Amino acid sequence: MSAMTRHEWLLSDRPTSRRQARLGQAYRTWLSFRTNWLAMVGLGIVVALVLVALFANVIAPYDPVLGGDLRTERFLPPLTGNHLLGTDDLSRDIFSRIVHGSRLTLLVVVLVAVIATPIGLLVGTTAGYFGGWVDTVLMRITDIFLAFPRLILALAFVAALGPGIENAIIAIAITSWPPYARLARAETLTIRDSDFISAARLQGASSARILWGHVTPLCLSSVIIRVTLDMAGIILTAAGLGFLGLGAQPPQPEWGAMIAAGRRFLIDQWWVATMPGVAIFIVSLGFNLLGDGLRDVLDPKARK
Amino acid sequence: MAASFSRGGRESALLRVLWTAVKILATVALTFLGLLVVTFLIGRVVPVDPVLAVIGDRAPQSVYDRVYVELGLDRPLYEQFWIYLQKVLAGDFGESFLTKRAIVDDIARVFPATLELATVGILIGTCFGIPLGVWAAVRQGRLADQFVRVFGLIGYSAPIFWLGLLALLAFYARLHWVAGPGRIDIAFEYSITPKTGLLLLDSAMQGKWDVFANVFSHIILPAALLGYYSMAYISRMTRSFMLNELAQEYVTTARVKGVPEWRIIWIHALRNAAVPLVTVVALSYANLLEGSVLTETVFAWPGLGQYLTNSLQNSDMNAVLGGTLVIGAIFVGLNLLSDLLYNLLDPRVRRQA
Repeated sequence: MSAMTRHEWLLSDRPTSRRQARLGQAYRTWLSFRTNWLAMVGLGIVVALVLVALFANVIAPYDPVLGGDLRTERFLPPLTGNHLLGTDDLSRDIFSRIVHGSRLTLLVVVLVAVIATPIGLLVGTTAGYFGGWVDTVLMRITDIFLAFPRLILALAFVAALGPGIENAIIAIAITSWPPYARLARAETLTIRDSDFISAARLQGASSARILWGHVTPLCLSSVIIRVTLDMAGIILTAAGLGFLGLGAQPPQPEWGAMIAAGRRFLIDQWWVATMPGVAIFIVSLGFNLLGDGLRDVLDPKARK
Repeated sequence: MAASFSRGGRESALLRVLWTAVKILATVALTFLGLLVVTFLIGRVVPVDPVLAVIGDRAPQSVYDRVYVELGLDRPLYEQFWIYLQKVLAGDFGESFLTKRAIVDDIARVFPATLELATVGILIGTCFGIPLGVWAAVRQGRLADQFVRVFGLIGYSAPIFWLGLLALLAFYARLHWVAGPGRIDIAFEYSITPKTGLLLLDSAMQGKWDVFANVFSHIILPAALLGYYSMAYISRMTRSFMLNELAQEYVTTARVKGVPEWRIIWIHALRNAAVPLVTVVALSYANLLEGSVLTETVFAWPGLGQYLTNSLQNSDMNAVLGGTLVIGAIFVGLNLLSDLLYNLLDPRVRRQA
């Protein structure tokens, strides 16, 4: 045993415990994921986003909200003094604002995923498992939500709830669950009539227990891939709401709102509006690359 | 015997087509009803008091009570919805708080601008997206494929309003290649008589080519931007459909027969890939409506998207919900159209129906 390296232990084709088998499976996935360098770049960007958000206080050299001297430090171009990306109209350091803005972006992404994924899973697995009129009713409701373009529906919700980052998150979550419900339903339909489900039912397991303990775990991986692929869209929608003044409110350093604020100075002070856009672009590119890579590894059917 | 059998077969086929049509219509009607429920409910949770929006906050209590009853707010929710439903079906979305005009008239006024922008956008997206997708499929895994993939990924990842601002900065402010925000220069504004509301078409029909050139130089930048986004999607789908077709046996047969490669790709394979592509194009046309909200804001384009955001910022809820409903209805309509086109164009589906 001691002669075996960790690599060999993980790749052993005769795992001696359930834990070893599971870890081995994860390790194989990781090995095949690692060969896709674009996906690794995506992973790197996402990890970097999390780290920047965690250590924003340490990384940002200035306060994101309090500006410097309004007489001398407005509109400093990039790379002047300590201001890596320059300053804006209120003499605030743009780099520090972008670094702190990563927290808002991460907050939106995490909360939307946490709210929308369970709703989608619940609706989809319930519809698929019970079938019949439950299925018809739930899927009709899902279709109605799919019938609106996402941003438009989110706009209408935010208009009703009032602007603000919390309401933007709720609005985006309300508009993002339908595709997950569709997906979870399709997966459920393929496993609903399996023997192990019948076995569980014969043992007297309740429907809730079968749904939660047996069906949901099997739907999880494809839904997670879909959520990852959607992250970029979520970030872009949140930024769009911010740009329209319906997301995070000033002086919060939300990237979309920063672009909207810098728009007035676009021609003479181009960096004020450009830099936050670069941040949005990099982060959503990262999520797109990561999602593509995950799909290739975890869903061999989609690989082409 | 055989004749009667085949006649029976034809009748049941007709019945099946009718049944499918009824099912589709019922689905669409239900979806529209759902759209109405959603906009109605959104309208009811608004923190803005609809009575105060009409009378202002200085009116006496007696006026407040009267308007409250006039707006039907004292009735149960389902009755209110019934009234709302009747009004919408009669084409009455209420009056805009901002412009003091019927919302339907407002939307009819701004809609051609969006239609023109989205149409030029989808033309650009299709004309570039399909050849790029074919090129990527033919050179699968090679440099061209990677190039098309990255080009598309940038489209998926960049915020459209940001790219729009950058494009304005580069092509309008610095290079002066195109005209700036808006649909037309003020100098030309009243030089053509509006017929269709589509300025490109109107100016061309009236032979005023200087106006046409001006309109074109206004529309090309936002349309190219929207076109880029639909191109990203169209080229990706074209690639995957073409890969599917190129792996089929009839392609091998054609190669063995000595059919030139360009003919195999552009005539044999692309024609078969064209059927699902029609659906893709229709869907991205619908998606352009969504992109147009942000693009119109950036380019000061006087269309539906700008109308929607303006109303939003002034909490003109009637206008917001009317605009949302119209966009939702167009979205549903285009989805339905793409379904129908698919059924019409694909002989295999047609035979089954």
